[in-house]
Amino acid sequence: MTSGLLDGPFGDAVLTEPAGVPRGRAMLERAEWAARAFARYDLATVDRVVRAAAAAGAAHADEFARRAVEETGFGVAEHKRLKNLACSTGLLEAYAGHDYVSVRVDHESKIVEIPRPAGVVLALTPSTNPVATVYFKILLSLMTRNAVVVCPHPLARSVCADAARVMAEAAVAAGAPDGCVQWVGEPSVPLLNALMTDERTDVVVATGGVQVVRAAYRSGNPAIGVGPGNVPVLVDATADLAAAARRIVDSKSFDNSVLCTNESVLLVEDAVADAFVKALGRAGAHLLTDDERDRVRDLLFPGGVFDTSCVGRDAVTLAGRAGVRVPAGTRVLLAPFDLVVPEEPLAHEKLCPVLGLVRVPTARSGIDAARAVLRISGAGHSAAVHSTDPATILAFGAAVRVLRVSVNTGASLGGSGLETNLAPTMTIGTGFFGRSSVGENLEPRHLVNHTRLAWNADPAVTMPDVTAATGSVWAPPTGPVPAYPHASNTSEAADVLRAAGAGVPAVPREPLSAESADLREEVRRMVVAELRRIVEG
Amino acid sequence: MADGTGGTGAGEHLSAAAEDLGFSSKAEVLAKSQKFWNPGKTRFWMGTGVDLVIDRREGYYLYDMSGKRLIDVHLNGGTYNLGHRNPEVVRAVTAAMGHFDIGNHHFPSMARTALAEALVRSAPPGLTKVVYGSGGGEAIDIALKTARHVTKKRKIVSIIKAYHGHTGLAVATGDERFSELFLADRPEEFPHVPFNDLAAMEDALRGRDVAAVIMETIPATYGFPLPEPGYLEAVKALCERYDALYIADEVQTGLMRTGELWGITKHGIDPDILVTGKGISGGMYPIAAVLLSERCAGWLTEDGFGHISTFGGAELGCIAALKALEICDRPETRSMVHYIADAVGSGLRDIQQTYPDWFVGIRQNGVVMGLEFDHPQGATYVMRRLYEGGVWAIFSTLDPRVLQYKPGILLSADQCEELLMRTATAIGRARDDAARDGWRGGSPARRTTGTATAAAAPVPPAASGVSTDADGAYVTTRNGRRVPVRTTVPVRKAVTR
Ligand SMILES: Cc1ncc(COP(=O)(O)O)c(C=O)c1O
Repeated sequence: MTSGLLDGPFGDAVLTEPAGVPRGRAMLERAEWAARAFARYDLATVDRVVRAAAAAGAAHADEFARRAVEETGFGVAEHKRLKNLACSTGLLEAYAGHDYVSVRVDHESKIVEIPRPAGVVLALTPSTNPVATVYFKILLSLMTRNAVVVCPHPLARSVCADAARVMAEAAVAAGAPDGCVQWVGEPSVPLLNALMTDERTDVVVATGGVQVVRAAYRSGNPAIGVGPGNVPVLVDATADLAAAARRIVDSKSFDNSVLCTNESVLLVEDAVADAFVKALGRAGAHLLTDDERDRVRDLLFPGGVFDTSCVGRDAVTLAGRAGVRVPAGTRVLLAPFDLVVPEEPLAHEKLCPVLGLVRVPTARSGIDAARAVLRISGAGHSAAVHSTDPATILAFGAAVRVLRVSVNTGASLGGSGLETNLAPTMTIGTGFFGRSSVGENLEPRHLVNHTRLAWNADPAVTMPDVTAATGSVWAPPTGPVPAYPHASNTSEAADVLRAAGAGVPAVPREPLSAESADLREEVRRMVVAELRRIVEG
Repeated sequence: MADGTGGTGAGEHLSAAAEDLGFSSKAEVLAKSQKFWNPGKTRFWMGTGVDLVIDRREGYYLYDMSGKRLIDVHLNGGTYNLGHRNPEVVRAVTAAMGHFDIGNHHFPSMARTALAEALVRSAPPGLTKVVYGSGGGEAIDIALKTARHVTKKRKIVSIIKAYHGHTGLAVATGDERFSELFLADRPEEFPHVPFNDLAAMEDALRGRDVAAVIMETIPATYGFPLPEPGYLEAVKALCERYDALYIADEVQTGLMRTGELWGITKHGIDPDILVTGKGISGGMYPIAAVLLSERCAGWLTEDGFGHISTFGGAELGCIAALKALEICDRPETRSMVHYIADAVGSGLRDIQQTYPDWFVGIRQNGVVMGLEFDHPQGATYVMRRLYEGGVWAIFSTLDPRVLQYKPGILLSADQCEELLMRTATAIGRARDDAARDGWRGGSPARRTTGTATAAAAPVPPAASGVSTDADGAYVTTRNGRRVPVRTTVPVRKAVTR
């Protein structure tokens, strides 16, 4: 042969694909079948499936919280338990009454909207919020009748596999199609790349580091990627200092700062800075001396790069590793520095309870400093402001390049919608600022499109009342999906057919006469010839 | 679009492979095929309108030399279960060629041992050892030789219209058409009993002089008539009662085609011997295997050189088989087969609703399917229209009413939809063709679910389709003209499976 060894869609590349990739592709293929079936489900069944999966997740919230901390070494089990609950039964409550299934009719505009799921969702989940993100992405997929393949971060693969399995089993037991929730057992970078670029993937929902997210966007498949945060927090002179201090310390120490919405750099108006630092101290923060700050900086950023072994460790442990003595019970280390510039490591994202502290002369200059924080990283992500001055709060929101600002509340749980009325999420859309396709907290509706049936706008044209017909567009499954392949002559096979309401033979067609068959053949030939003339033009 | 007339010579676009082999046209291949290879087969296909010379192949697609594309639902009985040139199998074999060759069949080998272990682990309990052949027929011969050795009896009972291959012993278990041709029929040693007839089976076994009953789990070449519920189980019980071994021929029903890795496990039967072939090769390197129970495996200890086969268990084949087995046994694959079986089954039932008088039965177990038509040559009509419409499925040699319809186990949802659409059209056109040839859909519309009955037995050559009469062989062309086929071999006797 003069051509390459393989002339298939993947060409010779398959010869060098790493082990595990073919199995991953098989998962996507199975997911595609599941998605096809799921896309025809009715609302009642979808509700039942979602409720079952959420309940199963909640039942394991505690166990998986502990296992996640054990497996990754990150975070606080109790806080993870709360997040796991928030992302299972919490989501159920948040979206109770929401409907991503039913056909909607707008008689006024003469438009009918039919929800159409994405199909196969490839969910990349991080090591920092492993189980909560797995739960979150699975439930969003189920609510919207999508199939999902979870690709967990390798550091958390074991607990994530079990988390996905628990929800998958509950969903299928409640009637979901087989294979609608799958997970990759042995995640790796080459496997991830293969799955992201595979044409069977309908949308990549990527949570993780910049590289993973950019790779998702490069994949050629639709992607919703959310990158890292780097959250500036302005505290101006009008703020309720005691409350702000409490909220910030609670938030910064929540799950040892692994939520990407956690506070990164405090920008405090000079006039109240001393009083505020005292208030922070009372709330459990320890102000580092310049020497201590340098040691903590060296610990966190050896050679200027963040050491991931510090991710999600508690404040006392970090202080110990840096050789800094702090009171027992210290929850946050306050690291003062002067200028928000890229060469200052402490101005970068810190997924651990070390909080940068910068004094600013005015609220106006605090806003400028917040913009500087986001020039370093985290554009489009989150910020917070503690103030009672509406003008400052609005000026902050209008100037800072983020798409959510927690006001007088902690940023960790504020930005993620767990303590605000933003959509509760484990996936923060960073929008155009952050080079992402979604600018909101990811929610179920982001995983559905709608087919819009549009009648003529001319007032003389009336749209018939289609409401009655909308009920029969989707249907509940009549048994396990797919049906077990019993041999067609068994009573089990007959039962399956009966349940599906099939098996009534149609009225036999009229016996053919040779003439009518000939005529039909003749007509067919004429049509084909006509078409050919048109095509060949 | 291909016009169905084969190559045109000048201006024809040839593949690199055709050029490498020195051919300048499809017509040249067909001419030389008759001259140097097999005139009967070559002319048979030219005569039926299936003028196929398979060139490129990829996944579930075949391409004729003319460039015409076909969805393959023949798969050579499951040989291409995983698609043609499955990339994973190609990759495994390609990599293995850097290290292995056929190997030395006398010595212990890593590849043979690894495959044997994988097969034993995959198989119904009680099967503990593996013997290799180079093809299904040889593997069947090994099974039959083993049964005779173990029981010290000679008789082998098989099913009328069974097909177990054409090697020395296997051919005697099958249709006389093939055994008599080579004077290889031995009715005293190879009694045949009707399928689904327990009384006949018991009669055959009662004398306790039978070494083994050999059963295809679903008789493929007979058009996949389904065993009546309980039939195989009862045969197994009879074997136990009359001290005969049960040999499960899983050459076409193994490797997930029924939705379980081995079809026989759906019947809860632990056979004494299980034979696999075809798909286990991954479609890339010939190999077949016989799995034996400990009781049957005695000769491997007594005289390990008892069956010698240079190519049996070729190491490259073992590598292909290990990969094929692994792919078939994945949970993803099993799930997909259930989806495919469901989708294709319900799609076919829809088609049947449109033509209930013509398309009278669907025999289905997983993706093993036989489609019954209300005409002695019904499947020939449908095969021809399918071919024209871009689908390759073959009639059942031993019951041409029935079309063998064998979708791959890795078909995508889109491919299934496309296949069904093409199939619906072809079945409708074939009905028109039959009507033009005089078929009137006379028999009352009857729908069956697949159990073979006496009525399902093949009928004499009909007045249409590919057939013979006093003038010799002829085919009925699309517009109903009868065209003689110039061949010295009666065309009805072409071998297909
Ligand atoms: C059920 C069955 N057994 C055995 C064989 C023989 O296999 P082979 O052609 O590889 O010798 C076949 C081939 O069609 C078969 O269908």
